[in-house]
Amino acid sequence: MSEKLTFQSDQSYSKSFALARIYSVFKADGTAKGGLIILLIFLFAALFAPWLSPHDPNEMTLNMMSAPSWQHFLGTDDLGRDLFSRIIWGTQVSLFVGFVTVAISLVVGVFLGVWAGYYGGWIDMIIMRYIDLQWAFPNFIIAVYLVAVFGTGLLNIFVAISLAFLDHFARVARSIVLSLKEQPFIEAARVGGTSDFRIMLKHILPNAMGPIIVQASVSISYAILGEASLSFLGLGVGVNTLTWGLILADGRSFISQAWWLGVFPGLAIMLVVLSINFIGDAVRDAFDLRDNTF
Amino acid sequence: MAGYILRRILGALLVMLAVSTLVFFMLRLVPGNPIGAMLADAGSDEAREALTRKFGFYQPVIIQFFKWLLNLVQGDPGTSLYGSNQKVTVILYEALPKTLSLAGLSFFIAITIALPAGIISAIKKNTAADNTVSIFAFLGLSMPDFWLAILLIIIFAANLQWLPAIGYAPLSAGFWEWFRHLILPSIAIGTGFSAIIARMVRSSLLGELKSDYMRTAAAKGLSTSKTVVLHALPNAMLPVITVLGVALALLISGAVVVENVFSIKGLGRVLIQGILNRDYPVVQGAVLLISAFFVFANLIVDLLYSVMDPRVRYE
Repeated sequence: MSEKLTFQSDQSYSKSFALARIYSVFKADGTAKGGLIILLIFLFAALFAPWLSPHDPNEMTLNMMSAPSWQHFLGTDDLGRDLFSRIIWGTQVSLFVGFVTVAISLVVGVFLGVWAGYYGGWIDMIIMRYIDLQWAFPNFIIAVYLVAVFGTGLLNIFVAISLAFLDHFARVARSIVLSLKEQPFIEAARVGGTSDFRIMLKHILPNAMGPIIVQASVSISYAILGEASLSFLGLGVGVNTLTWGLILADGRSFISQAWWLGVFPGLAIMLVVLSINFIGDAVRDAFDLRDNTF
Repeated sequence: MAGYILRRILGALLVMLAVSTLVFFMLRLVPGNPIGAMLADAGSDEAREALTRKFGFYQPVIIQFFKWLLNLVQGDPGTSLYGSNQKVTVILYEALPKTLSLAGLSFFIAITIALPAGIISAIKKNTAADNTVSIFAFLGLSMPDFWLAILLIIIFAANLQWLPAIGYAPLSAGFWEWFRHLILPSIAIGTGFSAIIARMVRSSLLGELKSDYMRTAAAKGLSTSKTVVLHALPNAMLPVITVLGVALALLISGAVVVENVFSIKGLGRVLIQGILNRDYPVVQGAVLLISAFFVFANLIVDLLYSVMDPRVRYE
């Protein structure tokens, strides 16, 4: 009974504590607020794309490569498709891939890290050798190689990008478990007969939330950039799904005649990544972890 | 020291062995074999048979692996499945100088911008100069490198027509020719790298500026510029060197994408073309070469660190 009480207070304390810290930093930090507003605008655009886009993003017209005008805010491409509508629709996949891949690599990476750190021994050995191996490489090259293996397509992009970012979460989680494992409150829970799984979930994880959230904010911006790069190279979600990288790749041959095709899709990518970086920076300040990651 | 270096080199070689193994077996996981892709399902059974024999795909995978590894150790990763069946070594040999030139110049440009920017923003903390640097650093971090490449082409190649939009010229064609072709791609790759280094230099130098020895130096009557350059900066560089290895990843990933924008036939373009053509030997060769580059660059960074910081012990 007493054990149950300690864990409950412990957990609620960490949760509200983390939220309160994030909230207070956001309240004080202008750039973080700006970032949040930009991100919310893009989220809104993604959710309401069918209503917000003035034209059908795939409708071809004879009005080809026309410069930005009242009819086409951001101009049209080589097939007469409205660039503004295409960018709005592209928001969906770009944000979706960014958030979902990071969610997957967070869950799997944290699980591996906690598992390795908690049990140690040969499990730790095997998991960490693999993580170290992956750590030794540029994430993007790993993602490119995984696409080479699995092929293009939405599901494969999820797998490739989330696998490529796994190592960061595993390392962060493991180092926290190692620092907590021998603490008296964990010892107490173990003596009290709490199962290992429960200890990991209810006692260790809440304490690891700060660094994990910080890592997630960094990874989301890299995941969005990664997806855009892959799509740009023709290794992305596929030619029938609108993403910013693909729109940019489509327009690339025409940039000398139609600059807007080269400027606006990339501007959208940059604004989203910038807003996430602003938010991430504020979150990092909130947890006072400025110099540990970049 | 010698023992430490030897151990680190052995470790790096082991990593490369593990990577080669992974790279080989992962590609074999793919459903369907490369012959099908080569013939685009149009070839006759005889053609299929002949190609399978030629490239040794009829053997058990484990035999294929050891043959491949044996050849690899002797410096032969195989021949291309595509076009004129060039040797992978030849393809990589032609690509490597381009990527190295690009990475080298990007590195140089990035450091030349990042060091002074980071130092100024640390010394003039919370001034207009500091804010300007940090805005540019944020933009640099957030800008996709291929987009920056496109912007540079629009401005300097398409409109001003100062610099070429595509291609590469070897150093043998003259320094200026070489430099002219590389400047735009190098800026595109180097900007993100530069942003990271500038932020690192700033935060690291800020930490040093607050330390006791700086106060002592100032109390002794040393000028501010002397205390910063002679005392704080050398210490502030140590953490910067450790992230150099990690930031190198950005340079390499950047080169892979940006080479494709500028049609420079470096490692990145070879890799992507290989993937699009399903040319497995070329993909394997390119990935291994990029990995080797990265592993050994990190090794050098580590060794450099242990030389620069006497507190690091070689156990």
